[in-house]
Amino acid sequence: MRQLRRFFRTPETVAGAAILVLLVAMALAAPLLFPRDPQAIAGPALLPPFQDWSLPLGTDRLGRDVLAELFHGARTSLAVGLAAAAAALLIGAAVGTLAGFAGGVIDEVLMRVTDAFQTVPSFLLALAFVSIVGPSLGVVVAAIALGAWTGPARVARAEVLSICERDYVAGARVIGMHPLEIAFREVLPNALPPVLALSSVIVAAAILTEAALSFLGLGDPNRVTWGDMIAEGRAVLRTAPYLSIFPGIALVLTVLGVYLAGEGVVESTAVRRSLS
Amino acid sequence: MTRALILLRRRLVGSIFVLLIVVIGSFLLLEAAPGDAVDAYIVSTGGDAGMIELLRHRWGLDQSELTRLANYLWALLHLDLGQSVTFSRPIREIILERLPTTLILMGSATALSFGLGSALGIYAGARPGSFRDRLLSIGSLALYAVPGFWLGLVLIVVFAVDLRWLPIGGIETIASGKTGLARAADIATHLVLPVSALGFIYLALYLRMMRAGMAEAWRQDFVLAARARGLPRRRIVLAHVARNALLPLVTMLGLQSAQMLGGSVVIESVFAVPGLGRLAQEAVAGRDTLLLLGIILVSAVLVIGINLLVDLAYAFLDPRVGASEAGV
Repeated sequence: MRQLRRFFRTPETVAGAAILVLLVAMALAAPLLFPRDPQAIAGPALLPPFQDWSLPLGTDRLGRDVLAELFHGARTSLAVGLAAAAAALLIGAAVGTLAGFAGGVIDEVLMRVTDAFQTVPSFLLALAFVSIVGPSLGVVVAAIALGAWTGPARVARAEVLSICERDYVAGARVIGMHPLEIAFREVLPNALPPVLALSSVIVAAAILTEAALSFLGLGDPNRVTWGDMIAEGRAVLRTAPYLSIFPGIALVLTVLGVYLAGEGVVESTAVRRSLS
Repeated sequence: MTRALILLRRRLVGSIFVLLIVVIGSFLLLEAAPGDAVDAYIVSTGGDAGMIELLRHRWGLDQSELTRLANYLWALLHLDLGQSVTFSRPIREIILERLPTTLILMGSATALSFGLGSALGIYAGARPGSFRDRLLSIGSLALYAVPGFWLGLVLIVVFAVDLRWLPIGGIETIASGKTGLARAADIATHLVLPVSALGFIYLALYLRMMRAGMAEAWRQDFVLAARARGLPRRRIVLAHVARNALLPLVTMLGLQSAQMLGGSVVIESVFAVPGLGRLAQEAVAGRDTLLLLGIILVSAVLVIGINLLVDLAYAFLDPRVGASEAGV
């Protein structure tokens, strides 16, 4: 309770949490409020917003309902952002723990591989991966995770290195626990908090990367994405700029919400740790 | 100077390993791609089964995987990136043609984000917790949440479509016949919007880092000492607090270069700037895997090179770096 109050202390985090709650509600309500296929034609093409109240935000070039597309796009953005971030954190934590705990040649090789992944621009890697394997939701998630696991890996490794010096790890060794069991049951759980502190930045980056990929036409063609909506609107940028503006604002608010709420979580838990 | 040389040697050895991993990784991606270079070639030129057989043999594609990897490495050692299917030209030539444009774009965007970002960071960090500090923090976070390609489109709508101040895209006016300074000015006006779109996104990063570093430095003893000596506030801010917070930003400059290169792919597509990023998108559109991998390899080399330069600059700025290895 006290932690919750601490979390809601600043107006910034309240705003961030409110945006995220709204977004999740949008994503969950999309199939209920707009049960029709959002990619189906709903009215006349290029209807301006705020004119017809059955189509409040108007229609795009093909006569699709912009508001329905926005709601369904929230689903894709959230799903891809969360899945990619979860995958990146999982891979990163595993690689970092292994490298820090094993040391020696394994550490050296794993860290050089991490270097290599950081040397290649992650967006180019994602672009290449999707274009070679083919665009689908799972591939997009994998492509984004492929470029995002290096940060968590480095943090996890540094944390593991300092935890390995603790007495309880020496104790686990003395009672004859298997090294892998020590690494993943004793060390990894204690190394997680600073790794998880990265999650808001990674979710935000994943959402932006997904948007950029689908903007370039490499998103899942069977799903509505905000990036794809922006790309669609680009063709009529002079006459109907709102088609690109609306999904863009949705993107900015989403990413901002993730950042603000993430900062609030990190700060409220950091205060708690320094108090105890 | 030996300090810098030792550092350089150590980093170069590490870089070669990293580059080798990148090359092997891109070879694996090439193998995973459906069809091979011969298929792609035949699609564009046409030919019968005998021709396919002959080409496979001539290009060494009928050999074992290890031999193919060896051939790939051997060709790369000779700076041979292969032949582009979409352009029907050597990939090295195309990339070298496009590289300068991207370098200008990236360099200007980096200068913009680093310069303006650290200046605003100093302004915010001069009084941590003040109103202007909070305003700049929120503002920079909001800016950091903006997708670069969307910012680009908004800039086009405002400055190129509505106000008509700046060109909508491209790198220079086509067939204008301009030369020398007039041509440079023409290119510069074309670059204003793409550089802004790319630079403003990363500005927030430097601003926030500078501000955080300064908030940290205010609590240090040497700042207290400077205050006790009665130095003017302005001098404390610039010469003591900001100066100590500046160093990590230099490292960020290197780390950020890969991100910047990735970001330029989308920005160049939005503004139709004929650089490396737009080439990557053309490679994707033309299913030209070899060209795409060539761009990735060149980007990796570029990022390694930039980080080497940043490390050298760092060693120059901070005399403690590498001092232990040099034995001074």
